[in-house]
Amino acid sequence: MYNFFDQLFVALGAWLVGLVVAAGNGVSKLCCGQPMSEAAAHNVAAGTQVVLICVTIYGVFALCFGLATWLERKMLARIQNRYGPNRVGPFGLLQFVADGVKMLTKEDIVPARADKLVHFLAPAIVLAPALLMFGFLPFGRNMAPTDLDTAVIAFFAVGAGSELALFMAGWGSRNKYSILGALRAVAQMISYEIPLVLAAVPVVMIVGSLSTSQIVAAQGTDSFLDVKGWFVWTPWGFAGFILFLIAATAESNRSPFDIPEGESEIIAGFHVEYSGFKFALFFMAEYLGMMAMAGLGVTLFLGGWHGPKLLPSWAWFMLKGFLIVCWLIWLRGTLPRLRVDQLMAFAWKAMLPFALFNIFATAVWFYLPKTTFLQSAVAWIITAALVVAAYLVISRFVSRRAGAPRVYRYAS
Amino acid sequence: MLGNGLLQGLVVTARNFIRSYFDPERLTTVQYPEERVTLPENSRSFPFLVYDGTPDNLRCVACKICEQECPPQCIYIEVERDPKTGKPVRRPRVFDIDYSVCMQCQICAEVCPFDAIKMDQVYELAGTDRFGGMLHDKAALLKSNEYYHQIRPTEADEVDARLSQSKKKVSPPIAKPAAVPPAQPVPPKTDV
Ligand code: SF4
Ligand code: SF4
Repeated sequence: MYNFFDQLFVALGAWLVGLVVAAGNGVSKLCCGQPMSEAAAHNVAAGTQVVLICVTIYGVFALCFGLATWLERKMLARIQNRYGPNRVGPFGLLQFVADGVKMLTKEDIVPARADKLVHFLAPAIVLAPALLMFGFLPFGRNMAPTDLDTAVIAFFAVGAGSELALFMAGWGSRNKYSILGALRAVAQMISYEIPLVLAAVPVVMIVGSLSTSQIVAAQGTDSFLDVKGWFVWTPWGFAGFILFLIAATAESNRSPFDIPEGESEIIAGFHVEYSGFKFALFFMAEYLGMMAMAGLGVTLFLGGWHGPKLLPSWAWFMLKGFLIVCWLIWLRGTLPRLRVDQLMAFAWKAMLPFALFNIFATAVWFYLPKTTFLQSAVAWIITAALVVAAYLVISRFVSRRAGAPRVYRYAS
Repeated sequence: MLGNGLLQGLVVTARNFIRSYFDPERLTTVQYPEERVTLPENSRSFPFLVYDGTPDNLRCVACKICEQECPPQCIYIEVERDPKTGKPVRRPRVFDIDYSVCMQCQICAEVCPFDAIKMDQVYELAGTDRFGGMLHDKAALLKSNEYYHQIRPTEADEVDARLSQSKKKVSPPIAKPAAVPPAQPVPPKTDV
């Protein structure tokens, strides 16, 4: 029973591929009087598989995007003691459909002096990396869309493509707010890419592989609960997870790191000149990027699809991703936007040294013996002490005031 | 320690999030079309004409003071004339107020010597026709004294007291033709 639900989508996919191959055989019999050759059948099956995976990812995550916007508005509303959307459908659940229709029917305005081609291409290009990133995440047991040896690197490499699109949007609009937003976006995303990758390095060091499937496999145990192996329970994993979450928030341009959008300063930054469906595409790319980042966080630190065998593996993956998204929304409802210099200082002065130190702590953990329980406990404590000490030193360093404390003439 | 303030902030928002589900007092939003707040008695939106008893028994005598005083000039009054003699009857034939121009200042209600025009509390006055549709004619403006009592009881009681007072003292000399029925609170109703 458990296996049935666990492998439901795998079986469904195999069945559909089989159907297409059978249909192909039928057509080929009609045309040439004989079934397809072995190689042709193999190609047809592979092609169908690719199409199926693409359609599923697009469909599922487009829906998730809609629901995420609804969830975000609801949660932010509740944090501010409001109701949030509650008019369209039960609990306002269909709000995103109404929003989509609204976006589609709006006028598409292109500024008269914009660089038309760049302005037109940017929304399409921004969506591509966001969607591609999902291709490297194993969503469940036997449910990895691709199984690259370098999936983690590929994920980051593809994700970096969105910077280009944001800059195109800012440049193509020929608007000073847009270009400011784009410059901020590029500066921020490139700075935070480094701590983001460095936060993922410890996992790669321990697993010894860049393949997401193997990283997930390394976190699994045979037990029923299947939570013990998650990297987040180790000191370096926990620190890495926190670092990863912060950097991922900055990577996906979300509050408190949303200075590229900065509604109060530069209106909406790079997408200020976009309207209608092009604007919706930017919005969608932002949410998809956020969900992909959440997915990678789950894969690297939260054990991927491993979890107590009460729910199918894909459900565990989705649930954990959902929790990370909730956390990001909660954070957005709590913190105000940072200033540009604070943002940069945090990336270079706090995140980067801490990430580097975390790599060192991981190395220590790697070489400490962990065969008996006592040895593991000792290793755990030593690594934890290293990480905490690093945190304390860096926090002293970061919160040190430069010069005299600021005096507020009217505010205090 | 670094991060302390962030955690405190997160606790505050989490508390707000959870309590908003258990404490209805926190949600101050009034879900408008279904729920409505009761308006304070002195809130005002748009003038209306008061009548006593039946709609043709309106208090307005078409003296045009309000038309003169209205700052944006949005009141338009035509006096009704007797079809036979052609003499003006103390009653408006046309009484239009353009809602798109009215600035809801209450000056018309203040200057009217006959307490004939008062401020209403309706607020759902939006329309799709911004030229003709915003023009409220006499039929639309007429509302009963009971309605007036209903929306602002204190002021309406005062007005009633004043009217019955003035009826005793002042109205006999004004109503020269003496065709005023004693039960009617509005003295000027018959021909001049
Ligand atoms: S509403 Fe009052 S002021 Fe205006 S015309 Fe009628 S009686 Fe005169
Ligand atoms: S409320 Fe003011 S603007 Fe409106 S009709 Fe009366 S006097 Fe004119």
